[in-house]
Amino acid sequence: MTQTILKRQPSSITEGSTHYCGGCGHGITLRLIGEVVDELGVRENMILTSPVGCAVVMYDYLKCDSIECAHGRAPATGTAIKRVHPDKFVLIYQGDGDLAAIGTAEIIHAANRGENLTVIFVNNAVYGMTGGQMAPTTLIGQRTTTSPFGRTIKGMGRPIRICELLSNIEETKYIERVSVHNVRNIQKAKAAIKKAFNNQINGVGFSLVEILSMCPIGWRLSPQQSQKYIEEQMLHYFPLGVYRDVEY
Amino acid sequence: MEATHTGKKVLMKGNEAVGEAAIKAGCQCYFAYPITPQTETPEYLSRRMEETGRIFLQAESEVAAINMVFGAAAAGARAMTSSSSPGISLKQEGISYISAAQLPCVIVNVVRGGPGLGNIDASQADYIQSTRGGGHGDYRCIVLAPNSIQECYDMTMNAFDLADKYRIIVMIQNDGIIGQMVEAFEMHEYIPLFDNLPAKDWALTGCRGRQPNVCHTLYLGTNGLEKLNRQLQEKYARIQRELAWFEEYACENAELIIVAYGAVSRITKAAIKQLNGSGRRVGLFRPRTLWPYPSQRLAELAGKMKKPKFLVIEMSAGQMLIDVQLALMDVVPKKDIYFEGMGGGWYSSVEGTLKKVQEILG
Repeated sequence: MTQTILKRQPSSITEGSTHYCGGCGHGITLRLIGEVVDELGVRENMILTSPVGCAVVMYDYLKCDSIECAHGRAPATGTAIKRVHPDKFVLIYQGDGDLAAIGTAEIIHAANRGENLTVIFVNNAVYGMTGGQMAPTTLIGQRTTTSPFGRTIKGMGRPIRICELLSNIEETKYIERVSVHNVRNIQKAKAAIKKAFNNQINGVGFSLVEILSMCPIGWRLSPQQSQKYIEEQMLHYFPLGVYRDVEY
Repeated sequence: MEATHTGKKVLMKGNEAVGEAAIKAGCQCYFAYPITPQTETPEYLSRRMEETGRIFLQAESEVAAINMVFGAAAAGARAMTSSSSPGISLKQEGISYISAAQLPCVIVNVVRGGPGLGNIDASQADYIQSTRGGGHGDYRCIVLAPNSIQECYDMTMNAFDLADKYRIIVMIQNDGIIGQMVEAFEMHEYIPLFDNLPAKDWALTGCRGRQPNVCHTLYLGTNGLEKLNRQLQEKYARIQRELAWFEEYACENAELIIVAYGAVSRITKAAIKQLNGSGRRVGLFRPRTLWPYPSQRLAELAGKMKKPKFLVIEMSAGQMLIDVQLALMDVVPKKDIYFEGMGGGWYSSVEGTLKKVQEILG
């Protein structure tokens, strides 16, 4: 007897819908994390740190112990949790405003200490939760509610490339940039997330996966246009690939 | 200094005694950043935490340190940080979050002169910040105020127990004099304040065999935040009923009671001894908890006096003065509550205290 499975949700994710907007990359990323949590069987052995930003209530979706951190501070808070419970899996989930603006000190120093943590860094080039303001990762020329004439290098600086920055820190073990704007890249993103999970489980050390993610509402684009925006605009400035991988 | 003696008198700085008490009380995690005049605590604990197999981490900032305390406390560990005034201002973000999440931890503030970078001398100008919360939102921290190295040691132990009992931040409000002072004290073993403490069944330990524990402070869309605030206020009211520590000296039949805490209370007591020796009936009331403030006892003392007169002396422009005025508002006319304050790192003197008493009593 054959069975056709139309929809299967990872058991580590709560049933029902999320608050994420249609076409947003957070939902896809959540799904990938859920699948990896299931496959590695870590749900009951993990502690999630959720950020300030669109993923703030991620604890409503992932059925594990979790803490909602202050804006940008998850790498500090997560460091302490991992030091107290070195045998537990600690997942750090951050957005680009959280990690690359207000929390730059915390991420750099957690990386520099070589904390055995897994960081999922969702980069959608805007502050999504507050309605699409300019982020440290906003592209040159990109219009946002706080860069209405487009971001300029003069006075606003260039978008910060976190993978490139962190891969210069010798205590980091694995840094990769992926994207969730099409199926092929979603598969690659899942593989990267799984590797970053396994690294912590195997005691390898600091791993960060940057995920280029659509924000149709913040970008004032349709979901389809947003996928295209990543392909045609973001990938030029934020090249995908492995930036650091210290094999053990 | 061999720090493992027990029950013996040892000589130590206040900042080191705080560190050793934390070790004895089972502090598992300590996160800090250097700042004068508290740096002896991280220096001391960098060695002792390592020796005892615990977690010492010199954080990249005060902000990171308090957010590490947030994580460690949420994970169920006894956690502490220490700093001095400008650093405590930076920690207020985390202090508000930890208070909202109702997590236990200990924070030591070795107060220095302010505002701004101020100076590195003793001050009590962070009184309002400590006793009224300090960060955003309606919350309180228990605030303990030692005036000797023995009390630095004992109160640090007590702080961990009070924090665990009430799931609250306990601040040790030291000042640059007490933190830096070297004094003999009895380094006894850990003396628990309570027979037993509530289990930390809320801690983040992985949800094996139970529903997930979630530590959060965001409450959108429902009446959750209103409920949290009500719970907090009920808890604070309970603490106010159950906790009020103070010392009274020569208050019986006093015609003037001087209210002072921390280093100032030592100077005040020296002056009072001289005054008592020359027949002046002057007493000392020293709050040992700054929040809750021992208001009730202060009012009782006023009630026993024929013509009550109070003098508040503190190293600030009149911060504790407000609590004394509030405590006595129904029993003592405001004009009979005198004040002597000094700022910018200046402290009181025996001579100045004698002069002020002379002015008041004639």
